[in-house]
Amino acid sequence: MPKELMNKQDIDRALMRMAHEIIEKNRGTEELCLVGIQRGGVHLAKRLASNIKEIEKKEIPVGSLDIAFYRDDLNIRKEQPVVRKTEVFCEVTDLKIVLVDDVLFTGRSIRAAMDALIDLGRPASIQLAVLVDRGHRELPIKADYVGKNIPTALSETVEVQLEEEGFEDRVILKKLSSEE
Amino acid sequence: MLKKKDLLGIKELSLEEINLILDTAAGFKDVLGRDIKKVPTLRGKTAINLFFEPSTRTRTSFELAAKRLSTDVINFSVPMSSVVKGESLIDTALTVQALGADFIIIRHPSSGVPHLLAKKLRASVINAGDGTNEHPTQALLDAFTIREKKGRIEGLEIAIVGDITHSRVAKSNIYSLTKLGSKVRLIGPPTLIPKEIEGTGVTVFHNMEEGLKGVDVVMMLRIQMERQGKGFFPSTEEYFKNWGLTPERFSLAKEDAIVMHPGPMNRGIEITSEIADGPRSVILEQVTNGLAVRMAVMYLLAGVRR
Repeated sequence: MPKELMNKQDIDRALMRMAHEIIEKNRGTEELCLVGIQRGGVHLAKRLASNIKEIEKKEIPVGSLDIAFYRDDLNIRKEQPVVRKTEVFCEVTDLKIVLVDDVLFTGRSIRAAMDALIDLGRPASIQLAVLVDRGHRELPIKADYVGKNIPTALSETVEVQLEEEGFEDRVILKKLSSEE
Repeated sequence: MLKKKDLLGIKELSLEEINLILDTAAGFKDVLGRDIKKVPTLRGKTAINLFFEPSTRTRTSFELAAKRLSTDVINFSVPMSSVVKGESLIDTALTVQALGADFIIIRHPSSGVPHLLAKKLRASVINAGDGTNEHPTQALLDAFTIREKKGRIEGLEIAIVGDITHSRVAKSNIYSLTKLGSKVRLIGPPTLIPKEIEGTGVTVFHNMEEGLKGVDVVMMLRIQMERQGKGFFPSTEEYFKNWGLTPERFSLAKEDAIVMHPGPMNRGIEITSEIADGPRSVILEQVTNGLAVRMAVMYLLAGVRR
């Protein structure tokens, strides 16, 4: 049985707090752009943007980033990752970019995302917001905004399920099946 | 997920595989519109262009596609190689593989050569045109272009005009466009449309005006000048009179119909400049899309387990 780590209310509260933190740290929303990593990160980036709008009454641009072309595991994966859309509408150069992802784990996706972003231009800065930090970093990467820190074992997997994908909002912990 | 390590023809592809390639190509087209048109995706891989037939655009397109993926490319030009000293095709290919090639992109005047090499080699073999058999990446880029321009392929009326018998472009397109659910019409003189093609789900027209009525897409083929004088048609003037795409004839197609041509064009023989350079011509976009499609093919083949 998967264990529930966060329910809808927990997720809503975490995202509201993170929106406040983003505004506080950046002293407003000037030059700010949220970029979600496909797929889970994109929905979360949109939710953060709407929270920020609620607080500051200002629209901030939201983009999506596909990192398939920048992954470091193309040679060892069983399947080639599906290529999804990259739509970063803001000119990233000189903007403060907040990368948004659902789960922070090894840090390798974030490394790929930073490379992908830098190929689009030269941002003034890149910050990182994640709903769940589950530990086990393999690269020197740290999130600036975290919804919840959840210590996990490597034999477990964390799944963020969102309404936008047809689920009920929740974060669950599963055991990896032995053959994986 | 592609099932085979090679791209030999559209005949061997399922509808799902064709759609996967087209969807993936959309992501790569994105990259081609940026300032930095290169991604590190296939860093450290090597592609070899093995062309036994003259080609500028296809070879250049594959070369650039590989480079945009950060793959190293070598152009193996046949007149300068050991082939002229009598080295066999398979020895040449094995030698090229021993140099560390991950992709071998081959064009050859004989049908079936890529299939033969695919069996002998560990590298991914990509067919860049074999004899009168297939030219799969051309058909994929054509499908990509139609989908982009028309929003769909299913249900469209698509006319392919010209020398069907000798055209690998036509053959690959017939496979792909029928698999994708469009209605394919073939238009050309009886001498250039093989009899056995009737009954494969296509409709044959020997009258250009009749065939063009109400189509969504007109795909012109190159008249292969090297086959001139072999009696397939009386003269290029005669050909133009009967099968050339003029503004009058094109007006029989749907109002929003598009014109395609795989290049190189013979202006004034199969197509007039007015049409080729006109607002409904997508001929240059086909070239750009070819890059994206070839990148997608290499990307997907690189993921197939050996």
